[in-house]
Amino acid sequence: MESNLKPFSETQAAPIAELRGASKHYGAVVAAEGLNLAIRRGEFLSFLGPSGCGKTTALRMLAGFETPTSGDILLDGQRVNDVPPHQRPVNMVFQHYALFPHLTVAQNIGYGLRQRRPRPPETEIARAVDQALETVRMPGFGPRRIWEMSGGQQQRVALARAIVNQPKLLLLDEPMAALDKKLRREMQIELQTLQRQLGITFILVTHDQEEALSMSDRICIMRGGRIVQVGSPRELYDRPTTRYVADFVGKSNFFAGKVTKVAAGRTELAVAAGRQIAGVAPVDIAVGQTATASLRPEQIALSRETAGQTVPVEVINRIFLGEHTEYLVRNIDLGDFLVLVSRQAEASEGGFEPGDQAFASWTDGAALILSDD
Amino acid sequence: MRIYALAVYLFLYIPIGIIALFSFNAGRHASQFQGFSTQWYGKALSNPFVMDALTTSLTVALSSAVLATLFGTMAAMALQSVRGRLRLAFDALIYIAVMVPGIVIGIATLIALVTVFDWLNPILAAIWPLADAAPKLTLGYGSLIAAHGLFAMALVIIIVRARMAGMDRSLIEASADLGATPWGTFRQVTLPQIFPGILAGFLLAFTFSFDDFIIAFFVAGSQTTLPIYVFSSIRRGVTPEINAIGTMVLGVSLLLLVAAQAILQRGRKAG
Ligand SMILES: Nc1ncnc2c1ncn2[C@@H]1O[C@H](COP(=O)(O)OP(=O)(O)OP(=O)(O)O)[C@@H](O)[C@H]1O
Ligand SMILES: [Mg+2]
Repeated sequence: MESNLKPFSETQAAPIAELRGASKHYGAVVAAEGLNLAIRRGEFLSFLGPSGCGKTTALRMLAGFETPTSGDILLDGQRVNDVPPHQRPVNMVFQHYALFPHLTVAQNIGYGLRQRRPRPPETEIARAVDQALETVRMPGFGPRRIWEMSGGQQQRVALARAIVNQPKLLLLDEPMAALDKKLRREMQIELQTLQRQLGITFILVTHDQEEALSMSDRICIMRGGRIVQVGSPRELYDRPTTRYVADFVGKSNFFAGKVTKVAAGRTELAVAAGRQIAGVAPVDIAVGQTATASLRPEQIALSRETAGQTVPVEVINRIFLGEHTEYLVRNIDLGDFLVLVSRQAEASEGGFEPGDQAFASWTDGAALILSDD
Repeated sequence: MRIYALAVYLFLYIPIGIIALFSFNAGRHASQFQGFSTQWYGKALSNPFVMDALTTSLTVALSSAVLATLFGTMAAMALQSVRGRLRLAFDALIYIAVMVPGIVIGIATLIALVTVFDWLNPILAAIWPLADAAPKLTLGYGSLIAAHGLFAMALVIIIVRARMAGMDRSLIEASADLGATPWGTFRQVTLPQIFPGILAGFLLAFTFSFDDFIIAFFVAGSQTTLPIYVFSSIRRGVTPEINAIGTMVLGVSLLLLVAAQAILQRGRKAG
C-alpha cells in the first residue's frame, strides 16, 4: 500500500519498523512504557517475558489494534499511529488462529488477497493459495473445513493465510502455545526454515525462553511493560546486563552482595561471610551498591584438589544429562549452587558421588556483577 | 411430584389435542367425534373471510418480522460498543419490553397512537396542498405492523446479541488484519457468523406476529387478522372449521419455532 509511495533511496539498513517511545496505558494500568526498538529488515525477533509484561500490547501496536497513548510506531520509516489495521502491510498469526469457521481452508487463505483493490483475478488467487498451502506442506487441503483439521494443521493454515499476503512484518502471538510439546518443536523448526526461505521479518511473542533462544536472531526481553535488554541469544546469554535477564536466559547461579571495589574491567563483590567474588560488570556500578554475581554452571569447574581461587564444597546431588553431568554442590558460606561438568572433564577428574568433598573453581572474569533490577 | 407434573402437562395439552382432533371430525358437532375427514380444512381455506384474515395476518407478520429483524440486528450491533451504566439501562429496557404483558402493550400502544393521530390529523389537513381531502392517519395495517415490529424487535435483539456474544472477537480483528475494511468485515465475517441468530430472530418475530391476538385486538382498527377472526367467530359457537384454522396456525407456529431452534443449534456447532 503505502510502500508504493516510498522513494527507492531507502537502504537495506533502514529498520523496517520502529517503536519510538511507544507507551500504552489502559487507565491506571501501564501495559507498555517507553518502548524503543528498531526492527531490522528480514530478522527473526522475539518478544520474551513473563505473563502480563506487555508483549502482546507491543505486537498489537505494530498491527494497529492498539494506538499508543504516547510515542510513535513507524513502518518503513513512516509514522503509522493513525493508520488502521486493514491499511497496514502487516499480518498477524493469532494465538488461537482465528480462522474463519464459515469458510474453507482455501477461502481462508485467499481472504487477504480478495480484499485488495483492484481485486486480483480468481485464477491468480487460486494459484497463490495453492502455493501457500505448498509452502506450509499442506497441499490439497484447500477444500477442507476448518473444524476438520488438527491443531497443528490449523496453525499451518493460519500461517499460510498470513504469508500469502507477503507482509512487511509477520506478527506471531504465542502461535505454538496451544500445541503439544513434540508438535511445538516441529513447528519451531518449520517456522524458522520458512522465515529464512521467505525473507519476511518475523516478530514472535513467547514466554518460552527455549523457544526464543532456539529460533530468534534477536530477543527483546520485557518486564513490567518495559524493554530490559535487546540482543542476540548469545549476547543475552554471555552478557546479560541485569540479574533478571541472566535468570531468564539460561540457568545461572546467583550470589548477592555489596560492591567493594571497582577497577578497570574488574569489580569485586563481598558476598556472604567475608567471601569475595570478582567479576566483570557489564553496566557501571558504584562501590557500596548491592549487586549480584552471576556464574553459569558450565563456567565452574569441579576438582579433587585445590588450586588457585577455589571454594570447598560438598556434592549434594548429581543429574546425568548425557554429554554433561549437573552437580548440585554446597558451600558453607555461599550456599547451594549448580556446576555443569563435561564428560571430558569428568573423565580426567573421575566422577563425583553425593557426599564427596570437592573444590569448585572458576576463572577470573567468569562471573558477571549485575545490578539487581 | 411426577403425578403433579403429568397433571400440569395434561391440563396444558389436552385442550390443544382435542382441537386438533376435532378439526378432523366428519360431523359438525364439537363434542362428539363422528369419523375422520379433512372437509373442514377445505371449508376453511375456501372461506373468503378466512382467506382475507390470513392474507392480513401474513402481510403483517412478514412486514413486522422484516422490520424487527432489520432494526433489531442494527440495534444489537450498535449495543456492542455501548458499555457501563448505559448498557445496563438498555439491557433492562429490552428485557422489560419482552416481559410486559401483551395487554399492557396493546392498551398503551392504542392510547399513544390515538393521541398522536388526533394531534397530527388536523395539522396534516391544514398543510395538505391538494384540493381533495387530506388522508387521515388511522389504526390499521400501519399500526399493526408498527406494534408487532416494535415488540418483536426486542426478541431479535436478544437472540442476535446472544449469538454475537458467542462469536470469537479475534475473527473480526483477523479480518481487519487481512485488509478488510470495516464494512467488508461486517459483510464477510460478522454477518455470516451471526446469520443463524438473525434468521432465528426473524422466524420468532414472524411467529409472534402471526399468533398474536391481544396486541392486534387493540391496534388493528378495521383490519381482521386470523386470530381476531377466530375470536369473533367463536362468539357464534365453536365449529370444526375454527378447529381446523386453529390447528393450521398451531402447525405453522410449531414448524417455525422448531426451525428457529434447529438453526440456532446448528449455528452453535458450526460457529
Ligand atoms: N484492553 C485492556 N484493558 C486493560 N488492561 C489491559 C488491556 N490489555 C492488556 N492489559 C494489561 O496490560 C498488561 C500487559 O498485557 P499484555 O497482554 O501485553 O501482556 P502479555 O505480555 O502479552 O502477557 P501474556 O503472556 O499473558 O499474554 C497486563 O497487565 C494486562 O492486564
Ligand atoms: Mg499475550
